[in-house]
Amino acid sequence: MHLIAWSIALAWLVPFLGVFSTAVRPVSEITNGWWNFDRLNPSLNNFIAAFTNPVLPLSRAYANSFLIAIPATLIPIFVATLAGYGFARFRFPMRDYLFLSIVLLMSIPQQMIAIPVFKIMLDLNLYDNLLSIILIHSAWGLPWIILFMRNFTRALPLEVEEAARVDGAGDFKIFSKIVIPMAVPALASAAVLQFMWAWNDYFFALILLPTQANWPVTRVVTSIGSGALTTDWGILSAASILTMLVPLVLYVVTQRYYIRGMIGWTIKG
Amino acid sequence: MGGYTLVTRIRHIPSKILLPLLSRISRHGLRPHAGRALFFTPALVLLVLLVIYPVLQTIFLGFYLELPGGQRQFTGLDNYRAVLTDPATINVGNLPWPPPLGTLIHNALWIVIHLPISLFAGLWLALLLQETKGASVVKSCIFLGMVTPMIVGGVILRFLLEAGVGVVPSFFGVIGVRSLAVNWMVHRELLLLGLILGSVWLWTGFSLIVYSAGLTTIPKDYFEAARVDGTPPGRMFFRITFPLLKPLTLVIVVMTILWELKIFDIVVAATNFGGGVGADTLALQVYRFFFYDSNAGKAAVVASLLTLLTLISTSLILRRMAK
Repeated sequence: MHLIAWSIALAWLVPFLGVFSTAVRPVSEITNGWWNFDRLNPSLNNFIAAFTNPVLPLSRAYANSFLIAIPATLIPIFVATLAGYGFARFRFPMRDYLFLSIVLLMSIPQQMIAIPVFKIMLDLNLYDNLLSIILIHSAWGLPWIILFMRNFTRALPLEVEEAARVDGAGDFKIFSKIVIPMAVPALASAAVLQFMWAWNDYFFALILLPTQANWPVTRVVTSIGSGALTTDWGILSAASILTMLVPLVLYVVTQRYYIRGMIGWTIKG
Repeated sequence: MGGYTLVTRIRHIPSKILLPLLSRISRHGLRPHAGRALFFTPALVLLVLLVIYPVLQTIFLGFYLELPGGQRQFTGLDNYRAVLTDPATINVGNLPWPPPLGTLIHNALWIVIHLPISLFAGLWLALLLQETKGASVVKSCIFLGMVTPMIVGGVILRFLLEAGVGVVPSFFGVIGVRSLAVNWMVHRELLLLGLILGSVWLWTGFSLIVYSAGLTTIPKDYFEAARVDGTPPGRMFFRITFPLLKPLTLVIVVMTILWELKIFDIVVAATNFGGGVGADTLALQVYRFFFYDSNAGKAAVVASLLTLLTLISTSLILRRMAK
């Protein structure tokens, strides 16, 4: 039984091992397949080549991806936590309908807003500007973070907040002094998932950022190493590893929060 | 003076309603919760401007023909008719096989093939790993696909299926299956199937993780009691485990269908846009219609139809999510 499980895990890793094996060796060594280890001279040359590529330097793309993903995480987390708290604690007419409508937006494909967003960004003079994609990620991430934070807040004990209210604390004071400190683990989960989403996104970058100097890693990785007829799998593999390295490290470091965010609302309720 | 008239007037109104209200107003001011709107304002502004308005605009665009010079002409359902009779959407001539079968059929195939395989693979692994040492390491390995950016996932699928670098054609070459020992990327039939089956590798981690978490919520006593009664394991699964996991199964099914409907990155990266239309999906068709053909109307129609499909799927679990 253990043997079956472990061989499945190994089989699952084969593609990654292949990409790794290709990335650390010169092209001449993998002509008989990356699984052929007759000659083996590992080096980081492909990684260096990807990073300093004269046409599409991955170093630049890395900077762009961080410049996009960090604000595209902080803004929606802040905005959605406020709204999520409001939906959990305040009563007002049509609240549940409004909330359901926002949740429904979560399932919509990116293509549904692509054409108008493309035009809006042209009109705002933000087309081909990192700000455009930061804004769109911020808006696009809101529905699921609102849902996530609302469900989290509802599970918090109400007594503490009520006690504070009796003591004369207002809504914002209760929110910032009591709810936020209790919500740190949930905020971490939401931040990890939203950061990964923004980092991994390809489509918004495809329609909003035409200039190569503005490309995030996900766009560079589809073009780097691809010639008209041949593919330089060494550089492409190195670039693939570098592209997934950030979400991978983030996942390893924050595994607990990541999984919790992923299945939190799936399991509950 | 004003206070006095107010008090005299309210005397006649049932005190049951008014006294609490009055005390509330005296404590909090006239509109006690006006500030609460500020909790929602930033979110609503962003959502209305960048999501809701664009969604409505896309629906609207589907009913118009864009003329050169920025003018529009209302054309009713013409775009819908054009899209649904376009061989790029449903390629009647090639049905039932081989590809290209049209984007709608490709997405349907994705659901029919990829959904059951990844769902049951995840369930089977979750059950298997329940009694395995180091299960968390195995789970992490399988979950790697979920962490991988889909664009990189597409590159890796190409890396597996292309002749030369690909381990899949070489493997079939070694075991002597000639018909599969070819470059999957240039054989349209194999390309579509290769991407669909390959994406099982990327997505199984989802159902595995959710089912694993679900299994831990089933009280051990249930199984103990069944074991004492001499219930065979197979029966235990169908009578206890599976029924209790049913709500989770629904969530996994819906989330997986949403993922399959929205397939874009994988196909783009694997075929570099160029694999022709052999593996095109609805999401990719939106892009093609708008950015290649400059046909906003048809692009909007495909996007609207795709959205309709996602909303139908989501409605199955909406209540549960918003509870």
